[in-house]
Amino acid sequence: MPAVTTEPLAFQDLILTLHRYWGDQGCAILQPYDIEVGAGTLHPATVLRALGPRPWKAAYVQPSRRPGDGRYGENPNRLQHYYQYQVILKPNPDNLQELYLGSLKAIGIDPKLHDIRFVEDDWENPTVGAWGLGWEVWCDGMEVTQFTYFQGVGGIEVDVVSGELTYGLERLAMYVQGVDNVYDLKFTKEGVTYGEVFLENERQQSEANFHGYDVDGLKRRFEDMVAEVERFLAMKGPQGQALVLPAYDQVLKASHLFNLMDARGAIAVAERQSYIGRIRDLCKACATEWVEQERARA
Amino acid sequence: MPQLLLELFSEEIPARMQGGAARDLERMAADRLKAAGLTYEALTTFAGPRRLTLVVEGLPAATPDREEELKGPKTSAPEQALEGFLRKTGLTREQLVERDGVFFAMLSSKGQRTADLVPAMVDQIVRGFPWPKSMRWGTGTLRWVRPLKRIVALFDGAVVPFDIDGIASGDVTEGHRFLGSGRPFAVKDFADYRRKLEAEHVLLDAADRRLRILEAAQKVCSNRGLALVDDDGLLDEVAGLAEWPTPILGDMDPQFLDLPPEVVQLSMKVHQKYFAVRDPATHRLAPHFVVVANVEATDGGRALAAGNSRVLSARLNDARFFWDEDRKPGNFDAWLKKLEGVTFHAKLGTMAERVERIAALAREIAPLVGTDPDQAEQAARLAKADLASGMVGEFPELQGIMGGYYARADHGDAVADAVRDHYKPQGPSDAVPTAPLTVAVALADKLDTLVGFFAIDEKPTGSKDPFALRRAALGVIRLVLENDVRFDDFETSIQDWIGEYFAERRALPGFAAADAADFAKLRARPEVADARWVGAEYDSRGVVQALVAHSTPKDILAFFADRLKVLLRDQGKRHDLVDAVFALGDDDLVRIVRRVEALDAFLATDDGANLLAGHRRASNILKAEAKKGELPTGMVQTGLPGQPEAETALAFAVGAARTAVDAALEREDFAAAMTALAGLRAPVDAFFDQVMVNSEVPAERENRLKLLGQVRDVMGRVADFGRIAG
Repeated sequence: MPAVTTEPLAFQDLILTLHRYWGDQGCAILQPYDIEVGAGTLHPATVLRALGPRPWKAAYVQPSRRPGDGRYGENPNRLQHYYQYQVILKPNPDNLQELYLGSLKAIGIDPKLHDIRFVEDDWENPTVGAWGLGWEVWCDGMEVTQFTYFQGVGGIEVDVVSGELTYGLERLAMYVQGVDNVYDLKFTKEGVTYGEVFLENERQQSEANFHGYDVDGLKRRFEDMVAEVERFLAMKGPQGQALVLPAYDQVLKASHLFNLMDARGAIAVAERQSYIGRIRDLCKACATEWVEQERARA
Repeated sequence: MPQLLLELFSEEIPARMQGGAARDLERMAADRLKAAGLTYEALTTFAGPRRLTLVVEGLPAATPDREEELKGPKTSAPEQALEGFLRKTGLTREQLVERDGVFFAMLSSKGQRTADLVPAMVDQIVRGFPWPKSMRWGTGTLRWVRPLKRIVALFDGAVVPFDIDGIASGDVTEGHRFLGSGRPFAVKDFADYRRKLEAEHVLLDAADRRLRILEAAQKVCSNRGLALVDDDGLLDEVAGLAEWPTPILGDMDPQFLDLPPEVVQLSMKVHQKYFAVRDPATHRLAPHFVVVANVEATDGGRALAAGNSRVLSARLNDARFFWDEDRKPGNFDAWLKKLEGVTFHAKLGTMAERVERIAALAREIAPLVGTDPDQAEQAARLAKADLASGMVGEFPELQGIMGGYYARADHGDAVADAVRDHYKPQGPSDAVPTAPLTVAVALADKLDTLVGFFAIDEKPTGSKDPFALRRAALGVIRLVLENDVRFDDFETSIQDWIGEYFAERRALPGFAAADAADFAKLRARPEVADARWVGAEYDSRGVVQALVAHSTPKDILAFFADRLKVLLRDQGKRHDLVDAVFALGDDDLVRIVRRVEALDAFLATDDGANLLAGHRRASNILKAEAKKGELPTGMVQTGLPGQPEAETALAFAVGAARTAVDAALEREDFAAAMTALAGLRAPVDAFFDQVMVNSEVPAERENRLKLLGQVRDVMGRVADFGRIAG
């Protein structure tokens, strides 16, 4: 059953509606980051901007890659590539919950017809040493958004608390459109489906993720990226600042390479923690440097 | 009398923290009122999804004026002492009173208005509140469980003005997020507050919310001829998730009813917080669920029921995926292989190693419980495999249950039941398995846990029992008692099992890695004197093994003794009787309990009570005499010239009792042993009536002391009567 009485939003209209809504709230509408990431949080516009004292408001769609979650396009709910809609407001406004509920109304979810709940969920991302308190937001029993007040990033306690909203766009769209299979989503109002856009990608990428990538090559590139992070952090930019942003890019690449190795089954149980620990340390080195720079710029 | 109303209104408080928060608020408020010298008639707290509320009835308008007399220096003391006292009290010399050569200051403090005391109290409560986790928000520094938005503080109908980190107190609160008017509103007092909240669709009291959920959930079920599956834990949780809880019946796709009911129910509960629904005729799950919404939807809940139903289908599809994957051929072999990579405990090896030990142990226990060793070994090998299955990975609570389902087709009912039930009993109220195969595996599982953690010195201390060893020990005790399991020599058996840990493939890796400093300490312990030397070094494993073998079995037995005492005490058995039997050093739990029961019955009789008194008298005499010199032992003489008849009679009676007691104990017929002792009661009484133990004739005294020693000895074969309270 459709969640609204009028024509439900197509996938792209959902995104455009959220852009309009958060744009009106003063957010900079950014485009996706051009490096593979596992979640919208990892975009420097969130993870780095959450550090330091300077205010910041942004919203963007972030394609997210989770190589191990691929199902060759055969599972109606699981994808190795999907979209997250990410909003960050720093400092979090007092009425962030109300603003969020306003965004749901904007995309056609009426809180008097549906059951919207804020259910405890303390978020953490060990690979970037980030943590926060908040909720997963349920709509009729389905988690549609992660709502977090950032408390720390890169192992560093934040100066000012950011409110972070992460909408699972496919799920939300499936809910709004009342479809049970992600590939049946209407991508455009005219009827291009999500499957037409992404099904073949899921099939090919799943095979590559599980069986294709050369493990030795991944490991080698991982080590290369690690070395690059350290090199960039030691280099100085035109104003004498360490090159944190290029360094952080290499952290993201290393993190994605790790996810690929993991999907290939190339990470032994005992190695896992050590890999995660290395990425976290790199991220922490970037965060530590960045927060210094941000405080100086403030 | 004035009332204090405090509301701390915030964003959504985690359901699991609300009960504790209400108790913490109650305790903190009571402590602070007391510290301020304020009495009150009643103090109540409430916690819900968005608010903590405190209402204190019957407070005084002000604290009373106080007169206090403070003792100062002696009048003869140096001037500096007096000056110090005047500074401290803020008085002048003329204001002091002299009495008996000492200065006294009469201090009076004016009472304070209660309303003036409230701000500091609330500030302390808010800033010191012990949330399990708290956070900052925005640019502030205050910590609360989630952002704190409003504070209502009314004393005697008037706002108590203050400010905490920029949040000003007032008389304004908000109602339900969606069903309320959407406008903040002012309240006058608690009754007004509660009434207005209800009008704004907020049930303040968690008990009211629970009741509303339960009644309405039962009703939506019975309307359709269905019955709610009760779940108190879930009820508590959902009562903390909605300010206006509204149960709605949803439909589940009936195709999922072929999944195990435990899976369906748990998937509903854990992921979705739905209640399961059953068909009252068949008692089986019905293809429905109850969701407790936080809104009374304008369409009667149709849209949200349909939405929830779709989400549940997605969840159950995931469960079906695991169910199908888990049942593929070769499943158990693959899982057991996977367990080789799963650490049980850093010092106790992998799960696969644990499985090997449990299998060996189950094999050994099998004959004691009358089951086939091969089958016990097989069942034990399969018992932990499901830990590596997809479904148990998703729902750890289903460990054992899933293994039972998966094992049933290929391994038969007895093995499947053993796999399913071997974690039992899980608590004092959980049923104890009785199927012999299950008993063997259940005992092996728990004994391996106990022996392992005791060997690495991870014993429970105080309230800390991270590996649930008390529960494991109680489980062993109940399994042993209710199934009459007899270990030939429990202590030796435990020693053997510890040996298993040190056997070639199953060494304790943590011990092997222990450092030199540890060994220096260990080396000093007398019980490792015999450990082997390897070259110039102690053989580390040998040292540790010697140490563990020496102390662990005794520690484990003492631990069992403690747990058994707790169990018997819970059953109403006297603590001292348990001690009296334990003192005998028996390690057969079944025998110990039977003995305690027989002893309890005996002491309830007239003979028993009197004999106990006789025993005490004999013991006291022997104790006193032992101080004078070594007590005589050996044959008691009878038929001596002039020997009192009561002495001879007791001598014969003791001899007869000894024979009868030994025979009865041999048969483990403790009632008969008690009866045999009962025969001593009259002769003992007569002896103490008629015979003087401390005769002036040394031979007479010696003979009588020997006789009393024998009385004590024969009674001591049954129990240590000296430990029984009179």
